[in-house]
Amino acid sequence: MTPTPDGPEATGRPLRAPWSGPLGLYRPGTSPVHRAPGGAKLVALLVVTTLGVVLQGVPSALVLLALVLLAYAVARVPLRGSAGGLTATLLGIGVLAVFRWWSDGPAGAIELTADLLAAVLLAALVTATTRSDVLLDTLARAARPLRHVGLAPEQVSLAIALMLRTVPVLVVSTVESRDAARARGLGRDPRAVVVPAAVRMVGHAHRVGEALAARGLGEPDGPTPPRAADSHPLRSGA
Amino acid sequence: MIALDAVHVTAWSPDPAGGADRVVTLLHPLSLRLDEPRVAVIGANGSGKSTLARLLNGLVLPSSGRVTVDGLDTARDGAAVRRLVGFVFTDPDAQIVMPTPVEDVALSLRRTHPDARERAQAARAVLARFGLAARADQPVHSLSGGQRQLLALAAVLATEPRVLVLDEPTTLLDLAWRAVVDDLVAGLEQQVVEVTHDLDAAGHADRVLVVDEGRVVHDGAPDEAVRHYRTLMAARASRVRDGSPS
Repeated sequence: MTPTPDGPEATGRPLRAPWSGPLGLYRPGTSPVHRAPGGAKLVALLVVTTLGVVLQGVPSALVLLALVLLAYAVARVPLRGSAGGLTATLLGIGVLAVFRWWSDGPAGAIELTADLLAAVLLAALVTATTRSDVLLDTLARAARPLRHVGLAPEQVSLAIALMLRTVPVLVVSTVESRDAARARGLGRDPRAVVVPAAVRMVGHAHRVGEALAARGLGEPDGPTPPRAADSHPLRSGA
Repeated sequence: MIALDAVHVTAWSPDPAGGADRVVTLLHPLSLRLDEPRVAVIGANGSGKSTLARLLNGLVLPSSGRVTVDGLDTARDGAAVRRLVGFVFTDPDAQIVMPTPVEDVALSLRRTHPDARERAQAARAVLARFGLAARADQPVHSLSGGQRQLLALAAVLATEPRVLVLDEPTTLLDLAWRAVVDDLVAGLEQQVVEVTHDLDAAGHADRVLVVDEGRVVHDGAPDEAVRHYRTLMAARASRVRDGSPS
């Protein structure tokens, strides 16, 4: 319909942002892992993490980790890209491993590291090989029983997707607030970072909520239920 | 057809002096029929033009009076009205929910395309129409500001609304992208209501509303309306320079 004047920022970027964290970004592909149903991948994630807790010993933990690495190879998703977004998580695992080594010895540390790595890497692989809308469908199906307690499955799945999407926005907000504080010579004052970051996030949440409402997302069909006159902030003054 | 009948919008506002909250008027009583294919709304910041735009798809509900689109009441039939009236915001980042363009457009198509595979194909077709096919799987943050605004438009137009409301869609864009977005909007089949500070864009509308301090102070042909707005703003700038309340 329209030619798009590409700016320099539109090209040459890596597919995964350094701050995209453990969420992963979808990497298109045709591998068996990509083609597997979203529900099956979520069940596999549940099984691997449960086995990591239930099975004791180094061999089982290493087998689980090896299976996850095999899945990466089958999916042809580069491990470096996924691990790059997990730096903070990997550091946390490292700290826990040192503590476990100190308390239980090397075998305990290896088992813990392998179990946690298997779970975290598999979670990243699930998001890297499953489009968000497919994940949304799967979550909506999984959330169907919640209808019985008055929750709409579509809204639950949308809320989870939004939560995942908001984490990188939160990181960017904090980094930009920190830079602004540094520019004003307030880099050492945590209030100068936390308060503006929090205000920006609230503003972002408000704007996203408004945009979702404008797109009619998560909205039930049928007539709008009647609202009390003071339930809408811009309807309250009548 | 969009109809506003005796619409009045008010809100509670905190008293700066610490007293009880007071009622402020965002839009004074107003009746309008909007039939023209292209309607522009111009006015100063805080004049009420965005409130007027938000009334049209039920993002803001009138305190009294009613707004209807093709006979559907925005207060009573909110979901149906939002399917008829697409809305594009100034900042595309607030509007784009998913990490990649194809996923975001697919999100808009969830209601009309239950099958995931068909939905993905339809989303790619929409992106191709907007010249974004090559960006379909890239992370949204790697797109330029103009591409993001184009994506926001694509995601809204994917559902083929009958009316498109744009709230300053080009304010954050450079001249090249303004031209792209303006051309795209000009070629749409939908009725378009555009809030804008771009007087050139307003000049191409069939009808221009000038909003000031919560009132439509001029309603007419573009040349006359833009002239009225310039006079209004020149007088205000003069008052600001003189230090009198604007």
